Amino acid sequence: MSFWLIEAAYLVASALFVLSLHWMNDPKSARKGVLAGVVAMTLAVLGTFLNPGIVNWGWIAGAVAVGFLIGVPLSWVPLTAVPQRTAVSHAFGGLAAGLVGTAKFYLWQDAPENLTAFRTFAIVAEVILGFLTFTGSLMAAGKLQELKWIPQRPVTYPLQNVTNIGLLGVALACGVALVFQPVALAHLFPVIVALALAFGVLLIIPIGGADMPTVISLLNSYAGLSAVAMGFVLDNKLLVIAGALDGSSGLILSIIMCRAMNRSFTNVLFGAFGQVQRKAGVAETRTAKRETAEGAAQVLEMASQVVIVPGYGMAVAQAQQRVRELYDELTRRRIEVKFAIHPVAGRMPGHMNVLLAEADIPYDKLIEMDDINPEMAQTDVVLVIGANDVVNPAARHDKTSPIFGMPIIDADKARMCLAIKRSMNPGFAGIENELYFADRTYMLFGDAKAVVGDLVKQLQSSSSA
Amino acid sequence: MLCAPLLAATMASDAPAHDGSPAAFTSLVFVFLLATFIGLGVVTRVSRLLHTPLMSLTNAISAIAVVGSIVIAGQDHPPVITLLGAIALAASMTNIVSGFLITDRMLRMFKKPGAKKRP
Repeated sequence: MSFWLIEAAYLVASALFVLSLHWMNDPKSARKGVLAGVVAMTLAVLGTFLNPGIVNWGWIAGAVAVGFLIGVPLSWVPLTAVPQRTAVSHAFGGLAAGLVGTAKFYLWQDAPENLTAFRTFAIVAEVILGFLTFTGSLMAAGKLQELKWIPQRPVTYPLQNVTNIGLLGVALACGVALVFQPVALAHLFPVIVALALAFGVLLIIPIGGADMPTVISLLNSYAGLSAVAMGFVLDNKLLVIAGALDGSSGLILSIIMCRAMNRSFTNVLFGAFGQVQRKAGVAETRTAKRETAEGAAQVLEMASQVVIVPGYGMAVAQAQQRVRELYDELTRRRIEVKFAIHPVAGRMPGHMNVLLAEADIPYDKLIEMDDINPEMAQTDVVLVIGANDVVNPAARHDKTSPIFGMPIIDADKARMCLAIKRSMNPGFAGIENELYFADRTYMLFGDAKAVVGDLVKQLQSSSSA
Repeated sequence: MLCAPLLAATMASDAPAHDGSPAAFTSLVFVFLLATFIGLGVVTRVSRLLHTPLMSLTNAISAIAVVGSIVIAGQDHPPVITLLGAIALAASMTNIVSGFLITDRMLRMFKKPGAKKRP
């Protein structure tokens, strides 16, 4: 009887997982999606408990308790740290898959009839995907958290790509050998594990901060695929379905991120983007025009439509609340304020939306790049806060620029552009931004939080006067 | 009611064909293929506003690895294997708990247009 109960629980769980993602299509129904996911997961766990062979209840209770002890605090992180948390979760997902694959492989050494060619192949795929996701995601999390002992800038060395692909090739070759001789060549298994762990580290080392949205999405996909492989090993359809949903979600997000940067997967993974571009020739001696907070506030007051372009700099400076106050001041004057969100702004897909939603900006004011660009010519003032490459007009015409071809927010087409920036140093990607030297651009130098705070103060004093 | 004897017969066997045979394997490949297409279809329609919560939600969903971990940790195996399973179970549980909690926390912040501000 338990077989039927388990299968029924898994069937309902599969349906609920699909519905859970379906309800994410609208912010209004999204929380229902989370509820569906929770119910599905509960059913899946309870169903699994019905398995007749399960006896080690103490171990299970202990592990579940540990999961709660780590998981609950991990959900309290500030939203600026969500990219790191996500990377750590990918690491845990990869670790779980890798360990289950390892356990199954050694268990079946005593019952080798279970190690059919298909299963061994699935175990090899599970272990390689799982362990490379584990170390790769930990590296990504370290880079995002800006840990001192992990280099932030991309690390490159000669023959890097040859080494990486070679390592993966050796791991795959060992895997193929195992498929044919799963017991006689069992000593190859630890070699595969070690190679996968090393490959994960080496894959992320050459990747810079600006590429993190793509890499996180890709690791998301790998974590899902490792769950699929586990499903193949354990003959479990629920694992295959839930893993496939995660895998395809990661794939779509990676494609969106790649398109938003006009780059290919191979270019992101093997291109070592984000190095400082040492362009031949002397730096041009153009100067950017400065503006004071007072002057900028006056300009903003006169506008009828203002578009704010937030970038990672806003998150770093924790300026979201000040931006909300600025939004309130401007809307109180019946000025239309919209936010232009570039798909790769921030360190993970959708990062800016979450940060601005936390600051109580209504979500209908958060406009996607493709929808806001046609409005730019009618916009009086564009306020760029800590964004850089996503507003660089060089992407449109400068074929020598590393970001050439990347779709950008047309900040240069507005009647006036105000850009808040710490200094004239090039941003993370190390690319000069023409926008700052354009005729209609005025710079506000300083920390984003302080500058926006000054703007708010100016507006408040002018309204009370 | 015609299928009742059939059902009784299958229920008597209780356990499924759990053999890792080529047939079982290909049926899983079909499931994988269809689930991927459903996933692609559903996820392309997810609002771009919600891509960060989407990723933390799929994070929690892919922690379905918990099912495999429970089986490894829970069955009577040598202690090393049980330990591997328990670590995998703790890792999956962490993802489930933190994934769903943080997704809900983020989604609560998306205010309806015109809604009142938080005090």
